[in-house]
Amino acid sequence: MPMKHWASVIAMVAVALAGCVAPGGGPPYQMSGGEIRQPLANGVPDAERGRKVLVSREANCILCHAVPETGERFYGNLAPPLSGVGKRSSAAQMRARIVDPQAFNAESIMPAYYRVEGLHRVAEPLRGKPVLTAEQIEDVIAYLQTLQ
Amino acid sequence: MTASALAAEPKRPEPLKSGIDFSGAEVRALQQDDFSSPAMLWITRGEKLWNEPAGKSEKSCAGCHQDARASMKGVSAKYPKVDPGTARLTNIEGRINQCRERNQQTAPLRYESDELLALTAYVGMQSRGVPVNVVIDPQNQRNFRRGADIFYTRMGQMNLACTHCHDRNFGRKLLNDTISQGHGNPYPVYRLEWQTMGSLHRRLRACFFGVRAELPPAGSQDLLDLELFLAWRSQGLIVETPGVRK
Ligand code: HEC
Ligand code: HEC
Repeated sequence: MPMKHWASVIAMVAVALAGCVAPGGGPPYQMSGGEIRQPLANGVPDAERGRKVLVSREANCILCHAVPETGERFYGNLAPPLSGVGKRSSAAQMRARIVDPQAFNAESIMPAYYRVEGLHRVAEPLRGKPVLTAEQIEDVIAYLQTLQ
Repeated sequence: MTASALAAEPKRPEPLKSGIDFSGAEVRALQQDDFSSPAMLWITRGEKLWNEPAGKSEKSCAGCHQDARASMKGVSAKYPKVDPGTARLTNIEGRINQCRERNQQTAPLRYESDELLALTAYVGMQSRGVPVNVVIDPQNQRNFRRGADIFYTRMGQMNLACTHCHDRNFGRKLLNDTISQGHGNPYPVYRLEWQTMGSLHRRLRACFFGVRAELPPAGSQDLLDLELFLAWRSQGLIVETPGVRK
């Protein structure tokens, strides 16, 4: 027991020092000043793919956000509409928002799309997996940047 | 690491509102009119089952309890309740199955079976209009705390707690559903989407599924404890069984 305890404390301290997290074996990211500057994936992001991810059952951003530009029929209103978000917010800021909204606002209801630690009672097949892949998040950001 | 400690004392939503107040006109009309409510099919079936002898005892529910309209009035408003025999928290479904096993000497009914839904709805309907009335006491205190703890703790891959939707966002739209305060007072309900009657535990499992959390089985301790907490939280509303939902 004590050995295990210390191992986890050391691991936590190591993560805190580096400020660098790698979810579920995926690429690591580094957040500072409300931004993640480095893209999570190397490929060329695609806005049209991003639009499809945004409205998919997987991401389901429109459960909460209105995004009339997607042409969908229904939107939730638990969150601010994303129209014009490309003007308000840089890609680095969006990336941080989508990866871990609770890092800004502990009370935020927005799911963390790329964080896998500190979750509770996650359905077995999804455990340890982020909601979206690094590539999907980069595609979503490319789409959000088009909302001017 | 998980934020499971209660941040604050459990609270009731304010102003306290029944789920039917957040429903559309069509659903409201169906719930309010027994002649058109599809839930009434289960009430008719429940009444029949109430009067039918069953098991080795060859006794019907009515054989012990006579006319449900008198003997069951106000009963479901006090559930879930700690059973003095087993010292366990029991809901109406559990109580019906206890009667079947002990008193009628026959097999329990499967959760979500038409028979159990029919009997639960029939017993529940005898409390229609009666204020929800659970008392938190030393016997059910632990169940209450566990239920509250589940209600206020973020869970699932979506990392949301019941309170995020049903306290902070009632009246708002989640895609095309208007979020209510999440009360159990109309259950079991006929749900148009299910095209059948469903128990409270089925509805709760749908919310667990929505946040991509592990699904507790119907009748499990987690759901019973939540049911007690929800009943406490809805104190001030009246029983509306059998309800209708979208
Ligand atoms: C369960 C609700 C919910 C879901 C689902 C959700 N969000 Fe959010 N989002 C919010 C809320 C609430 C805010 C406002 C800030 C806060 O409270 O965190 C927000 C803020 C944002 C912002 C900043 C908005 C601005 O005007 O600067 C962006 C960008 C964003 N969300 C993108 C997304 C994307 C992309 C998805 C899906 C991959 C998504 N959200 C899914 C609730 C949600
Ligand atoms: C992401 C949002 C969300 C979360 C989190 C959530 N629910 Fe719900 N819940 C809904 C929606 C949407 C409905 C259907 C509309 C309605 O009746 O509120 C619903 C319905 C209900 C109902 C039925 C209300 C009625 O009148 O028919 C109950 C009870 C309920 N939820 C309890 C819970 C509990 C307990 C939890 C946590 C274990 C929970 N919910 C988590 C969104 C949510």
